[in-house]
Amino acid sequence: MKFSENWLRTFVDPPITSAALADVVMMCGLDVESVESAAPAFAGVIAAEVLEVSKHPAADRLQVCRVNTGIDVITVVCGAPNVAAGLRVPLAQVGAKLPGIEIRQAKVRGVESSGMLCSAKELGIADDAAGLLILPADTRPGDDIRKILDLDDQLITIKPTPNRGDCLSMLGVAREVAAMTGSALKPLPDFSVQEEIADRIDIALEAGEGCPRYSARIVRGVNAKAQPPHWMVQRLERSGLRSISAIVDVTNYVMLELGQPLHAFDHAHIAGGIRVRPGRNGETLKVLNGEDVKLDPSCLVIADQDKALALAGIMGGADSGVTDQTQDVLLESAFFAPAAIAGKARVLGFGSDSSYRFERGVDFAATPRALNRATRLILEICGGHAGPLCEAKGILPARPAVRLRRARAERIIGVPVAATEVAAIFARLGFEFLQLGDEFLVTPPSYRFDIAIEEDLIEEVARVRGYDRIPEGRPRGGAVILPAVETRLSDRLVRARMVVRDYQEIVSYSFVDQAWERDFAGIESPLLLANPIAAQMSAMRSNLLGSLVDCLKLNFARQQERVRLFEIGCCYERSGAGYAQRKMLGGIAYGDAVGEQWGSAKRRVDFYDVKSDIESLLTGRAMRFEPVQRLALHPGRAAAILIDGGAVGSLGELHPQLQQKYDLPFAPIVFEINLDALSERKLPAYCEFSRQPTVRRDLAVEVAEAITVGAMLNALKKAASGLVCDLAPFDVYRGKGIDSDKKSVAFRVLLQDTSRTLTDAEVDKEIGQLVQTLQEEFQARLRK
Amino acid sequence: MEKLDDIVQEALAQFAGINDPVELEQVKARYLGKAGTLTELQKTLGRIPAAERPAMGVKFNAAKVQLEAALASRRETIQRKKLESQLAQEALDVTLPGRGIGSGGLHPVTRTLERIEALFHSLGFEVADGPEIETDFYNFTALNQPENHPARSMHDTFYLEDGKHLLRTHTSPIQIRYMEKHRPPLRIIAPGRVYRVDSDATHSPMFHQVEGLWIDESVSFSDLKGVIAEFLRRFFERDDLKVRFRPSFFPFTEPSAEIDMSFGDGWLEIGGCGMVHPNVLKNVNIDSEQFQGFAFGLGPDRLTMLRYGVNDLRLFFENDLRFLKQFN
Repeated sequence: MKFSENWLRTFVDPPITSAALADVVMMCGLDVESVESAAPAFAGVIAAEVLEVSKHPAADRLQVCRVNTGIDVITVVCGAPNVAAGLRVPLAQVGAKLPGIEIRQAKVRGVESSGMLCSAKELGIADDAAGLLILPADTRPGDDIRKILDLDDQLITIKPTPNRGDCLSMLGVAREVAAMTGSALKPLPDFSVQEEIADRIDIALEAGEGCPRYSARIVRGVNAKAQPPHWMVQRLERSGLRSISAIVDVTNYVMLELGQPLHAFDHAHIAGGIRVRPGRNGETLKVLNGEDVKLDPSCLVIADQDKALALAGIMGGADSGVTDQTQDVLLESAFFAPAAIAGKARVLGFGSDSSYRFERGVDFAATPRALNRATRLILEICGGHAGPLCEAKGILPARPAVRLRRARAERIIGVPVAATEVAAIFARLGFEFLQLGDEFLVTPPSYRFDIAIEEDLIEEVARVRGYDRIPEGRPRGGAVILPAVETRLSDRLVRARMVVRDYQEIVSYSFVDQAWERDFAGIESPLLLANPIAAQMSAMRSNLLGSLVDCLKLNFARQQERVRLFEIGCCYERSGAGYAQRKMLGGIAYGDAVGEQWGSAKRRVDFYDVKSDIESLLTGRAMRFEPVQRLALHPGRAAAILIDGGAVGSLGELHPQLQQKYDLPFAPIVFEINLDALSERKLPAYCEFSRQPTVRRDLAVEVAEAITVGAMLNALKKAASGLVCDLAPFDVYRGKGIDSDKKSVAFRVLLQDTSRTLTDAEVDKEIGQLVQTLQEEFQARLRK
Repeated sequence: MEKLDDIVQEALAQFAGINDPVELEQVKARYLGKAGTLTELQKTLGRIPAAERPAMGVKFNAAKVQLEAALASRRETIQRKKLESQLAQEALDVTLPGRGIGSGGLHPVTRTLERIEALFHSLGFEVADGPEIETDFYNFTALNQPENHPARSMHDTFYLEDGKHLLRTHTSPIQIRYMEKHRPPLRIIAPGRVYRVDSDATHSPMFHQVEGLWIDESVSFSDLKGVIAEFLRRFFERDDLKVRFRPSFFPFTEPSAEIDMSFGDGWLEIGGCGMVHPNVLKNVNIDSEQFQGFAFGLGPDRLTMLRYGVNDLRLFFENDLRFLKQFN
C-alpha cells in the first residue's frame, strides 16, 4: 500500500522528520518498501494568470503572453499549444531552478521573456508534456506551486504482513504511529448524514457467518458526471489509484482513508431488495474486469430478487455498477468474513483491493461510519438526496477477552516488564482491558484479527515497547558435548574427499528438462511439477547425470577443456501414494587426466582414474565393481558399484550416442552413488601384524581376453593360504608375443609368515598352488 | 739437513696442485712410499753421527706428520669439491610449477553452510535434515497455517503432479519432524534447499535456507537476539556489525521479527525469526507452559553474497567454473 505522508499527518502528526516517521512505520512492523518524494526539488515556481495571448511576430509556433504574477504583469514567450487567456498555470520565474534547467531572462526570437510557463513534465511531477499544467480556476496568482499542489510530500509504500489487515488504511497506519510515538490520534470529523428521503432497501442475509453485517443507503438524484475534487484525485494518485469517476473515486477514497471497501450500485439495476447469498450452480456473473465468473455455492454473491449483482467483497458486476448516466445510487458498506473471501482470489485468478482487505479482516463495527463518510462526500461532490441508513446484522465475530500474565510476558521477552508499562502500552494501542494485579484481560478491538492468544499480546507489548530496546541476551542452557558418530561418513567428509580428488562442487536445480529424464534414465513419464516455472524445469530429477552433463556442456562452451564436477543432491521418484527421495553423490570427469602441465604426458581421464576416485571415498568396507548395462553408459565401459554385496551406484563412460546428442567431442566419465549407502563406515579395529620379512614373487599368465582380472583375483584369494599377505595385478599386456584373443596379466604376490622367515620351498609350494588354480580355472598359461 | 726441508716443501706444493684422489695417492707414494724420496733420505740417517741422530729422527717424524696432515686436508678438499660440483649439476628450476592433479573446491554456498554449522555446533546445535518433497501438513498446517490463510500467499508454492505434495517452501517443516521424534531441551539447525515459484534477478526458484530451533524452559526473545547477533558478528568476523530485529509476522512464531543487518550503510534483510508459536508446540505435543523457545530461518545465499561480495544470486546456480573457482 502506498500513501502520502501529508495525508497521514492529518490523522496523527508526531513532531518528527519524514525519515524518522518512515522509521517508526518500519519498526511497528509495516515493512516500508520505499519512500519517495512526490516531486523533485525545485523552487521559484508560482501560479500565474494568463491575461493576454498574441502571436509571436517572428515564430509561428510561439505565443507572447502577458501574465499576472500576483504583484506584477510580465511578458513570457510560450510554445505550448493549450495556452489561453484566463488560464491559471505554473510560472517558473527568472532564477527558478527546475529539474535539469535554470530559468534566465532571455530574448526568444527577439522578444523578451521573463520566465517559463510549465507543463507537468517540466516540473517533474508527471509524464504529461503535451501542454501546460492547468491549475484550478480559483488558484490565486503568486502562490507557490509547491503549496498549491502539495508537492512537499513523501510517498511511503508499505507491505503490511497478512495478519495486519487493520493497517491497510490511513486510519490504521495512523493508529500504529500514535501507539508507537505516543502522539495523539486526531479525532475523526463528524460524518453524520442528513436524511432527506425515506427510501429504504430491504436486506436479507442468507450466508450466515460469511456476511454478518450489511449496511446500505440509497442516494437519489446524483450528478454522476461531476468532477471529483483535485485534493481527492491527488490523494488517490499518490496512493497509486487512478481517478475514474466521482462516485467510484469516493468509494476508493474512503477505502484508503478508513479501510472499509465500499461498493456503489446503480439503483436502477436492482430489482427489489438485496440478498447476500451463496452462489448457485449454473449461475454466471460478468464482473467489472470483463470476466464471466461461473458461480457455485462456495462463493458469496450480492444479489437482488432475480439475479447475482456482484461477487461479494471481491468485485462488482459489470451490469449493476454506476455509470455516467446513474441517477440513483445504492451504497454498500458490508463486513464479509475473512474465511468467506480467503483463497478466492487464487481460485478466480484475480483479486481486488477489496478482497485483499476482506480476507485479512476489516473493522466489523465500523461499516456505518464508512457508509456515512462516503455518503457525505457524494452529496458534496455529486449532490443528491440521501435516504436512511439500512442495515442487516447477523452474529458478528466474537471478541473473547485474552489474558496476559506479566510473568509470562517477562519469560517470553526475556526482560523485566512492569505492570504499569503493560497498561500504558495497551492504552496507547486503544485496547479495552481489565487489570487484576499482574494479569490483564484484553478485549481485542473490532479491527484487529490477530489477537487471539497470550503470545499475541506479548508481541504487542514487545513491539510497542520497541524490539530495539530488548537487550541481546547471553545464551544459557548449559554447555553440551554433542555426539560425534565416527562410523558415519558425513557429507562434509565426502565433499572434502571429492575436492582433494580435484572435483569442483556444483549446485544445480532439482527440476530438470523432461528430455534428460528420458535420455539418462529411460523414464518416459517423469515425475512432474504441477506448476513449473518453465518447460525445461518441469521434471523432478531421478538422477544427477543430466544436470552434470548440462553443466559440463556449459563450461566446455566457455573454453574449459578439463572439467571435473560433483554434486550432492536429492533424486526423486514415485513411491506408493507418495514420493521417495534419495540423497545422491554424482560426478563427472572430462578432459585430461591431470591438467596440462610440463613434464608429464597428456592423457585423457578414463574409467580407471574415476574408479580410483570412488575407491578413495570408502575405507573399511568392501567395494566391488561389476559389469552392468545402463541406458546412459557405454555398455562395455560401465560398472555397478556394490558395497557389502548391495548395489549403491554406477560408474562408466557416457554412452557415445548421448555424447553425440549433447555435442561433446568425446565421452566424459560419470558416476552416481547413493550417499546414504556410502555413509556407513567401519570403526578401525587393530589386529596383530607380522614383523617378519616379506618375500615377493611375480606371476605372469596368459589368459583368454574374456576372463576378467577380478575373477582371477577372486580365485587366487580363495586359493591362497594364510602366507599370502598381498596379491595384486601390476601389469596387463596385449600385443607382441601374445595371441590376439589373449592377454597377459602379471600379479605381484607378497608372502609372509607370522613367526619366522619363509624357506624357498615353502614359497615355491604356495606359488605352485596359485599357478595351478589359474591353470585349472582359467586355462592360463604361465609365462616365463 | 736442508734437503729434508726442500723435500717437504716440494711435496706440499705438489699436493696442493692435485685435484684427483688417485693421482694424490700416487704422488704420496713418490715421497712416502717404500722408494719415496723421503723414505730414501731417512735411510741415510744411519750415516750421520750418533749424537745428532735423535734430533734428526724427531725432524723426520715431524716432516711425515706434516705431510700426512696435508694429504688428509687435500683429500677432504677434493671430496668436497667433487660433491659441490655434483650438487651444482643436480640443481632444479624451483620456479617451475608443481605437478600432479590439482584440487577442486566447494560451492561458495557450501562454504557458508559449513561455517554456519560450525558456529552453531559450538553452541550445541545439532544438524537435522528432512525431505524436500513435503506434504501440506508439514509445510503449512503443522506450522499454524491453515488452508486459505493469507499467509500462504507469502510463499508461492510448487506443487507436484498429484496436487497434494509440494516442494518445501522453507526449512521449517524440519522443526516439526524433529520435534515429533525428540523431546526438549533441543537445539538444532537444518540447512537445505527450498523452492518457491519466483525467478528474477534477486529470486531463484530454488535457494537455500538454514532453519534453527532452540526449545528449553526459559529461552527468550532476548536470547534469540543475542544468539543471532553474535552468530552474525562471528560469521562476518566483524564486531561492528549492526543487527536489527524488526516486528514481522510468521504464522509459526509469535512474537516474530525480520532480521536486518548493516555494515554501516543501509539495512539488508537476511532472515526471519521469532518465538515458537504455542500452536506449533501443541501440534507436536510439547507443553507450551513448560517449554518455550525460538526458531529462525536464515538465507545462506544472501549471507554468501554479502560475505564474498557476490552481486547476482543467479551465479550460484549457473555453475560457471570461472565463478566457482574463485572460492577454492
